[in-house]
Amino acid sequence: MAVGQSIPRVDAFAKVTGEAKYTADLVPANAYVAKIVRAPVASGWVRGFDLTEAQAVPGVVRIFTCFDVPDIQFPTAGHPWSTVPSHQDICDRKLLNAHIRVWGDEIAVVVARDRISAERAARLVKADIEVLPALSTPDEAMAPGAPCLHEEKPGNVVVHSQFHLGDGTFDEAAATPGAVVVSGHYSVPAVQHCHMEPVHSFAYMEGQKITVVSSTQIPHIVRRVCGQALGIPWSRVRVIKPYMGGGFGNKQDVLVEPLAAWLTTQLGGHAVNIELSREEVLGCTRTRHAFDWDVQAVASPDGTLLARTYCAKSNQGGYASHGHAIAANAANVFKQCYRDRVSLDSESYTVYTNRPTAGAMRGYGIPQGCFITEALTDDLAYALGMDPLEFRLKNCVQAGYVDPHNGITMHAYGLDQVLEKGRAAIDWDAKRRLYQNQTGDRRRGVGMALFTYKSNVYPISLETASCRMMLHEDGRVTVQMGATEIGQGADTVFTQMAAESIGLPVDAIDIQSVQDTDVSPFDTGAYASRQTYVSGMACKMTGESLRGKILDYAAGMLERSAEGLTITDGQIVDETGQTVLTVADVGMESCYSLTNSRHLTAEETYHCEQNTFATGACFAEIEVDLALGQIHVLRLVNVHDSGRLINPKLAEAQVHGGMSMGLGYALSEEMLFDDACKPLNANLLDYKIPTAMDTPKLEALFVEVDDPTGPYGNKALGEPPAIPVAPAIRNALLHATGVSVHSLPLTPQKLIEHFRAAGLLGGEDHV
Amino acid sequence: MFDIKRLYPAKDLNDALCALADDPESMVIAGGTDVLIRVREGKAAGASLVSIHELPELTGVRMEADGSIVIGACTSFARITADPIIEEFVPYLGEAVDQVGGPQTREAGTIGGNLCNGATSADSAPMLLALNAELTLQSAASKRVVPVTAFHTGPGRTVRNRDEILTEIRIFPADFQGFGGQYIKYGKRAAMEIATLGCAALVKPATDQRTVADLRLAYGVAAPTPIRCTEAETLAHGEVLTDALLGEIARTAAAHASPRSSWRASREFRLQLITELARRAIRSAWTRAGGVF
Repeated sequence: MAVGQSIPRVDAFAKVTGEAKYTADLVPANAYVAKIVRAPVASGWVRGFDLTEAQAVPGVVRIFTCFDVPDIQFPTAGHPWSTVPSHQDICDRKLLNAHIRVWGDEIAVVVARDRISAERAARLVKADIEVLPALSTPDEAMAPGAPCLHEEKPGNVVVHSQFHLGDGTFDEAAATPGAVVVSGHYSVPAVQHCHMEPVHSFAYMEGQKITVVSSTQIPHIVRRVCGQALGIPWSRVRVIKPYMGGGFGNKQDVLVEPLAAWLTTQLGGHAVNIELSREEVLGCTRTRHAFDWDVQAVASPDGTLLARTYCAKSNQGGYASHGHAIAANAANVFKQCYRDRVSLDSESYTVYTNRPTAGAMRGYGIPQGCFITEALTDDLAYALGMDPLEFRLKNCVQAGYVDPHNGITMHAYGLDQVLEKGRAAIDWDAKRRLYQNQTGDRRRGVGMALFTYKSNVYPISLETASCRMMLHEDGRVTVQMGATEIGQGADTVFTQMAAESIGLPVDAIDIQSVQDTDVSPFDTGAYASRQTYVSGMACKMTGESLRGKILDYAAGMLERSAEGLTITDGQIVDETGQTVLTVADVGMESCYSLTNSRHLTAEETYHCEQNTFATGACFAEIEVDLALGQIHVLRLVNVHDSGRLINPKLAEAQVHGGMSMGLGYALSEEMLFDDACKPLNANLLDYKIPTAMDTPKLEALFVEVDDPTGPYGNKALGEPPAIPVAPAIRNALLHATGVSVHSLPLTPQKLIEHFRAAGLLGGEDHV
Repeated sequence: MFDIKRLYPAKDLNDALCALADDPESMVIAGGTDVLIRVREGKAAGASLVSIHELPELTGVRMEADGSIVIGACTSFARITADPIIEEFVPYLGEAVDQVGGPQTREAGTIGGNLCNGATSADSAPMLLALNAELTLQSAASKRVVPVTAFHTGPGRTVRNRDEILTEIRIFPADFQGFGGQYIKYGKRAAMEIATLGCAALVKPATDQRTVADLRLAYGVAAPTPIRCTEAETLAHGEVLTDALLGEIARTAAAHASPRSSWRASREFRLQLITELARRAIRSAWTRAGGVF
């Protein structure tokens, strides 16, 4: 069995030795360097340029401005295209824009022979800019008289959606005798992906074909958007995706690829290289959406959840990118985790502002939605005087759940086991008792948070994936996926699936890591935790198809029926268990048979009309240093119900990475801005991702309940680990101190303010 | 690839001083952990640099006959921390510079550069202030000695002239013998960090181990420059160290500090840190010096 084994990553050797080629390793030596000239304000209009000084810099090839680019607006979200116009993404930007909507907006680009010349010239480009007031928040942007960011959306609301569930109303529920009601305003900030490899693309032409080499999660979508942005047939663009150093959703957006593609067309097909600096990546690509909420919840005195209301405002920033899909997802998790016996009223706004454009990021709205869901849940349990885990067991989603709007079904259910496993691992009951009624400067607490997460985007969008395999003369098989390896280990689990489905040992499988849209089978890419579930099924189907062809050919060689033959570990075995041929025998004969040469290949598409929910929870134990406002995380345990694990060690690594991301979201990460929407901390010194020294031992536990809809019983795992950590730590703080913090991150300064207000800092500590 | 007009690797100190004198646009570079950041940001793009990196006469730690400790300004943080003289006589200084950034920065960055960069957040500064260190500044034409307490003049500014090189840092035996010390760096995370606040305490108990013979308290980021808190220090001299006295020292330090509100931290939060870190640093330094409560 290849599936279920912790085989080493298939790319481990190449990556550790430096043999693996990333985009930066492939840039032609003579490539021009393009440096984007960025707006020094977040809102306004470019009225003109003075390029005299910039053009005089030695080494400058050409300077293009927002007045030179095609008058074509295009979308950037890494969504499957829809042939239905009403489902298509919003087209709201050009290659370079005269209307400035974000600080650092792309208003011109210098192309030079080297980076230093390009940077020198970029600093000398003089733009005449009419500055407009910058809008920081949805409330500011929705206020009457606010400047309009996009004429297609007067009032700046990208989308407003709402729904009601249940037969009653919140007010009716609140009128229940003894009902306990909590309500509040909560918020989370914009945060950053912090992938190691920066955003990087280069483009060149051969004849009429534009080749774009890019660090992207979504090569086939990049090809489509480049075609749209340049107004050319899509197949004139060829996108190559080499190894990449992480994306986390930032590269599930089309970023600099269309500009690189257009620039090479303007320069006779000469290679043009765009590698963003770390500061540009942090300040000028995409962020996780900041959210504000007003919520209410009511429970009966016995802790039965009766009703909730939810109003979210999602800060989209200057361009639509993934738009309302994020807010819709956040509202869904609020709905999907708990059972409101009377009613749920939900309302969401996605609003343009002059903050950096928000897009996809690991969890896609669910980390935000989980924060509000789980903070509110703990606050309600606290008000009830009820153990928050008991409250959850009484009210959380149950087996067989079907989402009332999109029909997504919880085909397998492991949440009950998750909660019990986490409860035991953290020693919940004893710790909850032990940490009651503490005094002193250091206080401890345990907290937890749960989540649900769907395993792809069906039925909201198309789900499709394809795979191709070919048998070689020596019995080895090459696998081509349209799905992308972005550091998560996709190539390794596909290798296992291919081996499993054909009947070969894993070392007989060669997976091609590079996607090339002229060659690779079609797939929409790495996002939505979909690839092992959706693309994995394409891999399995293709492997089974190839296996059938191998057996058919073997039967011909043996002059018998294929029925009863199987492939095990590269051997073709008959009904009696005897090895009758090897796959290598078939490979050789099928290529070189003088009477029946037939190259054995297989290609299958999985048109996926299935989805299912993964679930999980985080349990945190913390110690709070009151006088310094510091939270020390003593233990952090994630428990995941992601169905069967294809590679347990890789799964554990995936969980560790997500927990680290969640830890930063909890304690230290936030993008900060001045009043004019200029980022203040768009660098890795001032933007505080946790270091190794800030990270406790990360404990990853699993509950393996086979899901009947996954190729091997598996369901989503890529994004979920990042989701529950922040609310679990926030809830541990509530347990430790009785202080309910309504926002992230839980920074010391914020905590000191809360502790002071709560009277937890003694008189000695007052200044 | 950095946007540098010229990088002159000086052969020795004199060569460096002459190069600085000859080119009025030139600036010194040692470890490069501050200068190259400014070049990269464009603030010092096109710079003409005179490198004193690893010049032997500016590197290393020695003890002179009178017991003074002399630290070459180009000595890296990592080397200071590991130096046997530092470990034996002023281990708390070695600990302080071990708080800088991460391992790579501590290998490349120098104590002299840390001071000359002029930042109030420099991790070496509070402890050197508490130690009453003396700095030797040399140019092609002159040589002068400046107490570190008079070195900083404002954010990113010091008394050093462009053509001067800080050559050595001198610490006298009277400033460390019998003292225990503790530097606490408070940042938003445990490494790769600029201090939100830095607090250095040096304490010397009298022979009864209960009375304070001498106490020094210094801060980074409590004001636009690193500061000594002499008002707080004098409260302690000749007194028995108690919780009440610690509280009084901490409150006095806060009253005389002038932290600013910035997006990095509010004034109120920094004042909380100033009081709490004073307590913790003094308490630890006191215990290290053999003092008892």
